[in-house]
Amino acid sequence: MNEEKKRTVIPIGPYHPLQEEAEFFKLYVEGEKVVDMDIEIGYNHRGIEKLSESLHWDQSAFLVERICGICSTSHPFAYVNAVEDLAGIEIPIRAKYIRSVIGELERIQSHMLWLGLAGHFIGYNTVWMWSWKYRELVNDIFEFITGNRMHYAMMKIGGVRRDIEKKDIPQIEKMCNDLIPAIDLFKGAVTDDPVIHARTKGVGILPKDVAIDYCVVGPTARASGIDIDIRRDDPYSAYNLVDWKVIVTKNGDVFDKVAVRILEMYESIKIIRGCLEGLKKEPEGNFDLNVKEIPAGEGIGRHEAPRGEVYHYVRSDGTNRPVRHKIRAPSYVNVPSDQYAVKGYTVSDAALVLAAVDPCYCCTERVAVIDKEKNKKIMNGFDLIKLSQEKTAKIKNGPKIL
Amino acid sequence: MRTLFEFIIFPGFLFTAIAGMVFSWIDRKVTARVQWRQGPPFFQPVYDFIKLLGKETIVPSSANSVIFLLSPLLAIASTTLASVILWKAIINPQSLFVGDLLVVIYLLAVTPLAVILGASASGNPIASLAASREMKLYSAYELPFIFSILVSVIKLNTIKLGEIILSQQSSGIIFNSFSGVIAFVVFLLTIQAKLGLVPFDMAEAETEIAGGVFIEYSGVPLAIHKLNRIMLLFIIPVFASVLFFGGKFWSIIVVLVLIILIRNTNPRVRIDQAIKFFWRTCLIFSIFAVVLATIGY
Repeated sequence: MNEEKKRTVIPIGPYHPLQEEAEFFKLYVEGEKVVDMDIEIGYNHRGIEKLSESLHWDQSAFLVERICGICSTSHPFAYVNAVEDLAGIEIPIRAKYIRSVIGELERIQSHMLWLGLAGHFIGYNTVWMWSWKYRELVNDIFEFITGNRMHYAMMKIGGVRRDIEKKDIPQIEKMCNDLIPAIDLFKGAVTDDPVIHARTKGVGILPKDVAIDYCVVGPTARASGIDIDIRRDDPYSAYNLVDWKVIVTKNGDVFDKVAVRILEMYESIKIIRGCLEGLKKEPEGNFDLNVKEIPAGEGIGRHEAPRGEVYHYVRSDGTNRPVRHKIRAPSYVNVPSDQYAVKGYTVSDAALVLAAVDPCYCCTERVAVIDKEKNKKIMNGFDLIKLSQEKTAKIKNGPKIL
Repeated sequence: MRTLFEFIIFPGFLFTAIAGMVFSWIDRKVTARVQWRQGPPFFQPVYDFIKLLGKETIVPSSANSVIFLLSPLLAIASTTLASVILWKAIINPQSLFVGDLLVVIYLLAVTPLAVILGASASGNPIASLAASREMKLYSAYELPFIFSILVSVIKLNTIKLGEIILSQQSSGIIFNSFSGVIAFVVFLLTIQAKLGLVPFDMAEAETEIAGGVFIEYSGVPLAIHKLNRIMLLFIIPVFASVLFFGGKFWSIIVVLVLIILIRNTNPRVRIDQAIKFFWRTCLIFSIFAVVLATIGY
């Protein structure tokens, strides 16, 4: 029997409990050991770039927000950066601070979501549920600031859509402080648990040179010792106005990827605090330039999303629509590096390694509340929106933190 | 007639299934509360079972259908018989034969074998991978499992379940001794693997191999396999209670709670780590316990 014949194919995807998204990882295994892997992506092409060319400059910000449900502010952030680069607009400093606050809050909720999923993938469902429970706190802050828990619609060409008023700042600071014990909890759980160490240390190692070859970005790169972060390397918004540092670790295994993300949450809180301090000093009201005309030209915008660098390119011919809009998302760059990282490990490890780059999901749900006995709708979309608004009002009057 | 009644209704199939469903509900409810969730209603295990009964049974064309369909029946018949023997010993300790403890150990070993058979017969590459995991796991945990039972046998000098219960009632429970505590801890860890629960659920591991050994099962055979797991969740704590606590009712609940706690505070380990754990740590501790029991501690 030759080598080829002993191989079995274990499919992960296109529909699989591990990644509830249409991605296909074909694992070639010998016994438990993964010897090779094929990656097939592209099951769900939505044509966002083309759609963007048919929308106004302002509408496109809403469109790109829908690319991803979890990092939903990253794309509009990069998009407005690109358009402002094109038009040569310098936004008010107040808007810069607010953008950074939203960007960092999103990083926290995204990392918490990933931490929960990583727990689920290694069968630790308690971590999953707890991490998502604490993530609700971040969503509450979002609801408090923007009125929405997801898809905040804060980014606007020339500024932001809503102000953070001075009277609200102490409340936001308090809510951020409440997050610290939750992050401490997960830090403790990950650094102290010997079983988690056994499952994550030395697993799925992506060495620095290989990581550079695959051009990985974000926490995946930083865990492999590549010191890159758009927020510091190409400062935009308020990231050069506050004090923070880039987290870099050396080993490139799953444990380091967890560690980078947890430590980044502390840095994010530091940035938010710095921005809120900055906001206190700035006069209220000046947060939007109300841009009307976009001149002809081209521009690029970048943002360090929770998963890595988001890159947007726009070209204008002076009309009210972009003639070309190109998007480069981080997961698309990170996922191919799995091909190297899973080789030589077992199928059990492969499930975790595939998840460790935090591939991005997007899902939206519609809800209606139905009376089971009478089979009648008792709450439609509008009632639910009303319910949500009442909840927002409740949070504004002093939130209940667990 | 009486034997038939005992096998089918009490304390056999029906009783074990109902009690198992209550235990399964407690497990799910406590798990949910630990995870800040609401948890299922009381009759959820029944609903799940009935739902599966109504589903179509699909036998893959690549499968050996006789063995594939025989596997759940084999598993549930042996589990039921084990339950009958255990409960008869608890209800009337004088009633059974010498060596019934060994019969229970053998009957509990049938479930993993039946699962391996069914998975191998299904012709699915994922199921075969899962079957190999189940095989490795079974060969890893069975030895410490038997050694930890041996402690009770040595200390009480009998292999009859009734006498194990009676002598613990008269002269104190096994758990009160030093070797008894070690044996109980080892037993608790091995039954976690026997029940297919986290951290030793790698044969089913839904996020890795999508249900593993049960991947090709559907409808009635799957319902029977699930019911078998539910029944085991009931009778293994009963077995632990008989061996280490003299069959006292409160100890059954304590064992169940410990099982739930272990399953909710640990991630799943890899198969190689599980084998190392059972063959090194657990085996050494269980042999240590046996030695202690022999010299009277």
